[in-house]
Amino acid sequence: MFKTWLNLRKTGIVGMNQRNADYISVYNRRSRFPLVDDKLQTKILAEKAGIAVPELYGVIEIEHDIANLANIIKDHEDFVIKPAHGSGGNGICVVTGQLYDRYRLSNGNLLTQDEIAYHISNILSGLYSLGGQPDQALIEYRVKFDPVFEAISYQGVPDIRTIVFKGVPITAMVRLPTRMSNGKANLHQGAVGAGVDLITGQTNSAVWQNFPVDHHPDTGAPISGVQIPHWQKLLTLAAQCHDLVDLGYLGVDIVLDRDLGPLVLELNARPGLSIQIANAKGLNKLLQAVEQLETIPAPPQERAALGQAIFHKT
Amino acid sequence: MRKLHLSLLTLLLCVTGLGLAYYKVTVIGLPLTASEQALVWNIEASVSFRAKPDSSIKVTLPLPLDPPGFTILSEDFMSANYGLAIEQDENGRVALWAKRRAQGKQLLLFRAALIEVKESSAASDDKSTSKSAATTSSTPAFPVVPQYPPKLLPVIEGLLDKARQQSADTVSFSQRVIEELNSTSPTLELKTLLQQIDRPREFAKNIGWILAGARIPSQVIRGLRLEEGKEYSELESFLQVYDGTRWRTLNIRNGQEGLPENFVLWQLNSSKNFVIEGAREYSIKYSVGKTLREVIDIAEITSTQKGLHLMEFSLHSLPVHSQNVYKVLLMVPLGALMVVLMRNLVGIKTFGTFMPVLIALAFRETELLWGLILFSLIIGIGLLLRAYVEQLRLLLVPRLAAVLTMVVLLMAGTSVVMHKLGLEMGLSVALFPMVIMAMTIERMSLIWEEAGPAEAFKQVFGSLLVAVAGYLVMNIDELQYMFFVFPELLLVVLAVIILLGRYSGYRLTELWRFRALAKR
Repeated sequence: MFKTWLNLRKTGIVGMNQRNADYISVYNRRSRFPLVDDKLQTKILAEKAGIAVPELYGVIEIEHDIANLANIIKDHEDFVIKPAHGSGGNGICVVTGQLYDRYRLSNGNLLTQDEIAYHISNILSGLYSLGGQPDQALIEYRVKFDPVFEAISYQGVPDIRTIVFKGVPITAMVRLPTRMSNGKANLHQGAVGAGVDLITGQTNSAVWQNFPVDHHPDTGAPISGVQIPHWQKLLTLAAQCHDLVDLGYLGVDIVLDRDLGPLVLELNARPGLSIQIANAKGLNKLLQAVEQLETIPAPPQERAALGQAIFHKT
Repeated sequence: MRKLHLSLLTLLLCVTGLGLAYYKVTVIGLPLTASEQALVWNIEASVSFRAKPDSSIKVTLPLPLDPPGFTILSEDFMSANYGLAIEQDENGRVALWAKRRAQGKQLLLFRAALIEVKESSAASDDKSTSKSAATTSSTPAFPVVPQYPPKLLPVIEGLLDKARQQSADTVSFSQRVIEELNSTSPTLELKTLLQQIDRPREFAKNIGWILAGARIPSQVIRGLRLEEGKEYSELESFLQVYDGTRWRTLNIRNGQEGLPENFVLWQLNSSKNFVIEGAREYSIKYSVGKTLREVIDIAEITSTQKGLHLMEFSLHSLPVHSQNVYKVLLMVPLGALMVVLMRNLVGIKTFGTFMPVLIALAFRETELLWGLILFSLIIGIGLLLRAYVEQLRLLLVPRLAAVLTMVVLLMAGTSVVMHKLGLEMGLSVALFPMVIMAMTIERMSLIWEEAGPAEAFKQVFGSLLVAVAGYLVMNIDELQYMFFVFPELLLVVLAVIILLGRYSGYRLTELWRFRALAKR
C-alpha cells in the first residue's frame, strides 16, 4: 500500500485533498463560484465576451412560467432543458423532435406535455441543484454533434474537458457517453474518458471505470487516434474562459457543433481528477510548471501555446 | 506564513488543553479513569450519658483540627436540640454542647470523614512536627522542676540519673525514662511511683511531669489509630519532647519514636479536655470505619477547601440532567473527528457530512445491532413509500414533508409493534433523528435513480460504516469520562481536526482509484 502511495507521488497524481487544499482553496475565490455554478450567468458572461456558447432560447424561473414553454420553443423543433445550477449532467433533458404534442427525447422516449412540465417543475424546486436551492430551467440550442465522435459514443453528449490553470490549458480529455452512463458524460457515471495529446489534438489512451481501455465498450470502435477538429481554436477558447470568471483552477467543458464549431457548454470550479487516469499522466508536474512561471502572457492564443509547450516538456 | 500560523495555533491548542488537564490531575487530583476510588475514613466520637434531673448540661469535646497527613472532607454534629458552639484557638478546637434541661438517656455525636493526603510518610511526619511547633510557641520555655512529693523524690531522681547516664540527647534520655517506666519487672521503688502515675488517662502527662525534673519541655498529643471497625473508649496518647529544634513524638509504652501509620491526630496539648457537667453514667466512645468514595467527589471537596475555584466552574457544577446531556455532547466532536478521518483520510462517501454522527448518537441509545436493524427497516420501508410518492409528482418541499411524515408514522408503528412483541428495544427507535432519516431517504432515492442502486447502497453503507465507527469511539466509557472531567481535551481534538484540515495527501480509496497509474 505504501508502495502504491510512493508510486502515485512519483507519477505526480493529485489527490482529492491536495486538489482542495492546494489548488481550489488557493486559486478559486469563493465569490467567483456563483459565476460557474449558475449556468445562466456563465452564458450571459460568455455571450458578452464573444465566446461561442449554445444559444439561449429562454429561461423559466417560476412555476407559472412553465405554461410559457410552448411560446419559447415555437420556432425550434429541437432544444435542451437544463437546470441552471445542475451538476454532473443531472436533470438535463434533450428533446430531439416533437410528434403529435409529444416530445421525443434523445434516448428515444416520448414525453407528454405534462411530463415535460413536471420535469421543469422538479428543476425549479431544486431537485438537481447543489444543496437543493430553488433553481431556474434554461431552454437552449441543441448541439448538433460533429460526427467526429460518432463511432465512439453511445447517444448523449460527448464533450471535451480541459483543465485551465491560471489561464493556461494544461490537460484535456474527451468524455464519451456509454450505455452505462445513460448518455451522460460523467466518468463516475460510466462514461469513457479519452486522454488528448495537447499538442496534436489526437486522442490516445482511454479509461473506463477507472481502468484503461482501447475500444468503446458499446460501439467497439478503437478510441485512440481520433483527430479533434478546430483543436487550436478549442484550446484558445478554453484559455479565454479563465478571463471570463477569473478562477485559477478551472474545468472547461466544450462541445463540437457540426456547423458552429466549438461551443462552451459549462465551466466547473471543482473539476474532477479522473482526467489524470484518462491521460495516464499526473497533474502535479503540470500544475507546478505553471506555478513556477514568472509571467503568463495575456493573449489566449499564446497561453494555449504555452500550455502545449508545458505539456510537451513534462 | 500560513503553515507557521497553523502549527503555532495547533501547538497553542494542544498546550492549553493538555496543560489544563495536567494541572487538574496533579494539583486538584482528578483521576484519569472513572473507576478510581479512594479510601475514606469515617471517625466518630459519641458521648452518651444520663442527664441529672434539675441541672443544666454542658459538654466540651475536643475536636481534631487539620490533622497532619489527612484532610477533613466533611464533619457533622448530631445533637438533637442541644445548643452547639465550636471554639477554636491555637491550642485546638472544641465543640461545646449545652442544654438547660434534659431527661433520660442522651447521645451526642461528632462525625468526620477523613482522607489521607498522599505524601511520603517522612514528609508528613515533618509536617506534623512543624505544625505542632507552629501551633504552640516556636521554642517552648524550659519547664520549672516540679515540686515532687518527698516520698517520690528519690525514685524520680534515681530514674533521671540512670537515664542521664545511658543517653546522649533529649530524645534518647526521654526514651530511657519511658523504657524504665514500662519495664516488665520494675523495682519496688519504681512500683510505688507507677502506682501513683500509671493511671489510664494520665500516664503520658505524668511522664512529662517526670521529664520536667530534667527540664525537658514536653507535651501530650492524642489521636486515633485508623483501623476498620475498631472502637476505643479513649484516645491514644503520645508524648512529644522538644529536642531544641523540633518536637519529637514518642510512644509512651515503648519509647519508640514516631507516630504509627494511619494515626490521626485529634488533640494537641492537654489544655482542652473532655468535660461534662450535669450528667451521670457518662461514657465516650470513638469508632472508626472506612468507606470507598469516588476520587472525583473528593477532589471537588478538597479543591474548594484549598481555595481553587476551577472546580466550581466545572461541568460537575451543573444540574445532573444537564450533566448527562453534556456527557453526550462532549463526545460529538470525537464523532466529527471520525467523520473527518473516514472522509478525508480513508475517502468513504457518506450521505451528508454529519449525518453519520447523528445516527451514531442514536445508536448509543438503541445499542448497535438493534440500531442497525431499525435503521435499515425504516430506510427500507421509507424508500418503498418514497417510490410510491414519486408517482404523485409532488413538488420538492411537500414531498420532503410527506416523507418526513411517513418516517414519523413508521417510527411510531415500529415502536408499537415491537412493544407488543415484547421487544422493548423497539421503543428507542424514537431517538433516531427523523429529519435526517427523511433526508437520507430522499437523497438515497435520488442517487438510486441517477446513479443506480449500486452507488446508493455504496453511500448508505459508507454512512453506516462511519456511523458505526463513530458509535464505537463515542461509546468508550473511559473517553466519555475523560472528556467530561477534562473538557479542555477537546482543544486537542480541535487541533487534530485543524491539522487534518491541511492534509493534502492521498485518501486510502484514491490508492485504489488511481491504482492503474501506480503500476507504470
